[in-house]
Amino acid sequence: MRPFIIALTFLVLTVSFFSGNSRAAEKELMMATTTSTDNTGLLDYLMPRFKAATGIEVKWTATGTGRALRLGENCDVDILMVHAPAAEKKFVENGFGVARHEIMYNDFVIIGPERDDADIKGKSIKDALQTIRAKQAVFVSRGDNSGTHKKEIYLWQVAGLPIPEKESWYIQAGQGMLATITIAAERGGYTLTDRGTYIKYSDNLGGDPPLKIMVAGDRALVNQYSVIAINKKHCPGARHELAGKLIDWISGAEARQLIRDFKLLGKPLFTPGAKK
Amino acid sequence: MNFLVEGFFQAFRLLVSGNSETYAAIAVTLKVSGYSIGCSLLIGIPFGFCLGYFDFSGKKTIRMLVDTLMALPTVFIGLLVYAFLTHRGPLGNFGLLFTLPGIAIGQTILALPIVVALSATAVENMDPKLRCAIMSMGASRRQLFLSSLWECRHGILAGALAAYGRVMTEVGISMMVGGNIKWHTRTITTAIALETNKGKFGMGVALGLVLMIIALGVNVSVSFFRRRN
Repeated sequence: MRPFIIALTFLVLTVSFFSGNSRAAEKELMMATTTSTDNTGLLDYLMPRFKAATGIEVKWTATGTGRALRLGENCDVDILMVHAPAAEKKFVENGFGVARHEIMYNDFVIIGPERDDADIKGKSIKDALQTIRAKQAVFVSRGDNSGTHKKEIYLWQVAGLPIPEKESWYIQAGQGMLATITIAAERGGYTLTDRGTYIKYSDNLGGDPPLKIMVAGDRALVNQYSVIAINKKHCPGARHELAGKLIDWISGAEARQLIRDFKLLGKPLFTPGAKK
Repeated sequence: MNFLVEGFFQAFRLLVSGNSETYAAIAVTLKVSGYSIGCSLLIGIPFGFCLGYFDFSGKKTIRMLVDTLMALPTVFIGLLVYAFLTHRGPLGNFGLLFTLPGIAIGQTILALPIVVALSATAVENMDPKLRCAIMSMGASRRQLFLSSLWECRHGILAGALAAYGRVMTEVGISMMVGGNIKWHTRTITTAIALETNKGKFGMGVALGLVLMIIALGVNVSVSFFRRRN
């Protein structure tokens, strides 16, 4: 019987440990964010400096903007860092968030294989999408209700085209941005990505990736990131004051300079502030 | 293919250099799988033993139900647990979302059917003559019960190991309920998912190997423990 008694003691110990370990610390902020801010390494770079400045520890979970907004609505987080302005405005209008603070931006680009089978290089976004559709070139979509996915749907609409939901050349990855780019590279297809993640992808591949930028610079391709504090009226438990401190800090001069200095391959990934 | 080789060497580099992120993920994995396997054994062994030991009406139905629950997909468990633990859910006040105990609840649900089913099978497969032999030696009901439990310890242990393997390697629950928060709820498996998503396949392979080394360690110590008995 001895081993069983030992095992039982072990169990009791773990269970008692289990019950005394669940309270969150005082100066802690829970954030839901998009995959791009996390995958590029921006948060790993910014948040320790925020902690050094204020003593507040930010814990973040990186997910698509769709789920991030849902986590905010369900009061599971205190603050959001997302990039889907239309959905964000609705979120604030519904009383879930206090206000949007536009903290930084970059742009979306269409990337594709260097040989550019569909011949879209340098075209406007509208022409490019119409050409992809006409030539049935492989296009890989995030397909996960993320900010980038919402943008892509918006772009098809701007181009006056139906969303190519069931077309054989339209691949819905259902994964994060870098995974989606990898799929596009494997299939020799085109995809829409934010520039920050694209630079990160290039950096991973030593600066010479198989996919190159084909379409960029259109007004419709702006990628605006915002932070939104969760509304205390909707979620009484939300740590509203700490969220306010993060918003003040990240909009401030020090953080703006940090964002400007965050570079890979010598290129900045984000520009602080709001795109005029 | 290169990243497989690269990952192999990186695994050892991570372990030898004492990489703090890797060790944090290892600690989280061991801690949370310890909680959940502890809870599921504590609940599952008695339940499984009774299910195999006693005959009662409805036993077959319960067996079938338990066997079916063994096929629960981890993301679905994650979603169910999330629905209860979200701050607007019935258990929201406990603040268990994005914590290790939260993940442990989900993993306990994952492991419990395995522990119950395999314990019950172990008891059912016990040699029926053994029961007569123990009784003929004048054992009381309680002694009979305890020695039966002792006799099927190997089957129960096999169940516990299978459950532990499932718990340690799952990713759906840890991702949904834990949120993959660095230093806090990032397990080895969610770290693998993240690194793979980031395109760092070598790092993913390395972490996978680290997990296998831990599994090997667990199995070696269990077989040592078994031989001593």
